[in-house]
Amino acid sequence: MANKISARNINFYYGSHQALFDNNLDIAEHAITAVIGPSGCGKSTHLRIYNRIYELYRDQRVTGSLFIDGVDVLNEKVDVLELRRKVGMIFQKPTPFPMSVFDNVAYPLRLHYRLSRSEIADKVEEALRGASLWEEVKDKLKSSGLALSGGQQQRLCIARAIAASPEVLLMDEPTSAIDPVATLKIEELMVELKKRFTIVIVTHNMQQAARISDFTAFFYKGRIVEFGDTEKIFTNPDEKQTEEYITGRFG
Amino acid sequence: MKRFESVYPLRPLFFRKLKNHLITLFSWSAVVIAVGAMVWILGTVLIDGLKVITPGFLLNPSKPYGIPDAGIGNAILGTLLITGGAALLAVPCGVAAGIYLAEFGSGTRLGNGLRFCANVLMGMPSILVGLLVYSLMVVPMGSFSGVAGSVALAVIMFPVIMRTTEDMLLMVPASLREAALALGMTRTRAILRIVCTSARNGLLTGILLSLSRVSGETAPLLFTAMFADSWPKDYFTGPTANIPMLITEYTTNSPFEEMHAAGWGAAFVVSAIILFINITTRICFRERHHGK
Repeated sequence: MANKISARNINFYYGSHQALFDNNLDIAEHAITAVIGPSGCGKSTHLRIYNRIYELYRDQRVTGSLFIDGVDVLNEKVDVLELRRKVGMIFQKPTPFPMSVFDNVAYPLRLHYRLSRSEIADKVEEALRGASLWEEVKDKLKSSGLALSGGQQQRLCIARAIAASPEVLLMDEPTSAIDPVATLKIEELMVELKKRFTIVIVTHNMQQAARISDFTAFFYKGRIVEFGDTEKIFTNPDEKQTEEYITGRFG
Repeated sequence: MKRFESVYPLRPLFFRKLKNHLITLFSWSAVVIAVGAMVWILGTVLIDGLKVITPGFLLNPSKPYGIPDAGIGNAILGTLLITGGAALLAVPCGVAAGIYLAEFGSGTRLGNGLRFCANVLMGMPSILVGLLVYSLMVVPMGSFSGVAGSVALAVIMFPVIMRTTEDMLLMVPASLREAALALGMTRTRAILRIVCTSARNGLLTGILLSLSRVSGETAPLLFTAMFADSWPKDYFTGPTANIPMLITEYTTNSPFEEMHAAGWGAAFVVSAIILFINITTRICFRERHHGK
């Protein structure tokens, strides 16, 4: 399978504190890659480099290269707005904007594309269907996105992210603030979405990683200890640390 | 009542309970004193003020003592003009500065300096602000003016709006900012369209509270707007009628009973305006917490 993203020699710093050490990782296209590891191991930090969202904070800094379709996106010349159109992100807590359900999903469409009113309406429906939310909200498109339940809000955010037609979806613990039933829905959705998108998910939940991902990277103290097929990582890991973590002996 | 057995020596319960009762009593008396004072003030204003309120009192301009059909209409209009002008000056600057502090200025030297200055300015006696504007505007222009009053009130409003804007924007979760940027929005759009919209009730609350704070201010108007017995058509060039100055003049500088009574009437009107703003604020704030 082709690699969509290749991280090479990534080092990351919060001020003078180094959080990532020499990360190398290949993300396969149209697959789900799970990033696991104990709290504070740098897995979210690693993910936040892929759309350069860390740039919001003045003291955060990265060195190394991140190739997406062969282009080093950490290069200053790559426009960050273009990068973020191509690489969408879902956060731990749902982040609906303070506007209607419809406008939430229409926002990225109006932002990036020149579309007619009816084209926007079509694409909003398509995105909401893509996020398995259409049936639940089709009668309340005009009510506030904040009025939905937590699980619905998260799927609204997924709909908003895929409405922009990205190629990569970054998910930073997308179900950790969601109840188990809604979590199951989102997991089913992700398996559906990987046909169209390349998905990287950071998760605390090892069963979740085992259930849905094709590849798994195990992070520990800012380093990638082991990376490989999910099945192999969870049944027969090469590294002792990986085995201890997945069997629950630490972390 | 018999106490339960214990392996350790027991401390008597009496003093712990006594302390509990004393502190409860103390907080209740504090509440009674505070509420009592408020009821007393509002009650006096209501009783003495309502006596003189008539349509003519609210609609006619003030006149020198002895001339019939005097009112406070010019002072009400003048106060609306002066505080409105102040809001026009202070709200855009205050909100913009608050956005800078919350979104760009945290931890920078400029941001910390600005925040410190705002705190100092908020504690500054308002009469000093009046004197400052007097020397900067009234003296060069050669005349008191309503607009000078607006500037003085704006100087008082500015730091309040700036700090509440900052606080309200900082209450917006960082993940919402990141979500906006992650969709490919520019920083400006993310702040104005998403962060500010999400904090809009809080921003409005800050603006309204600062308005209600300055609409009763007297000291800054003493050296700037002054007072006039005419309709406020000279807002930009001459002394302009306003309620706080009218109250001061009528109740402290006049020997006549009718003037004192009119002062109470004006006090009632200004209290009603402030109460109205405060209640509006409460409603905005309630929406913020319960409205989904």
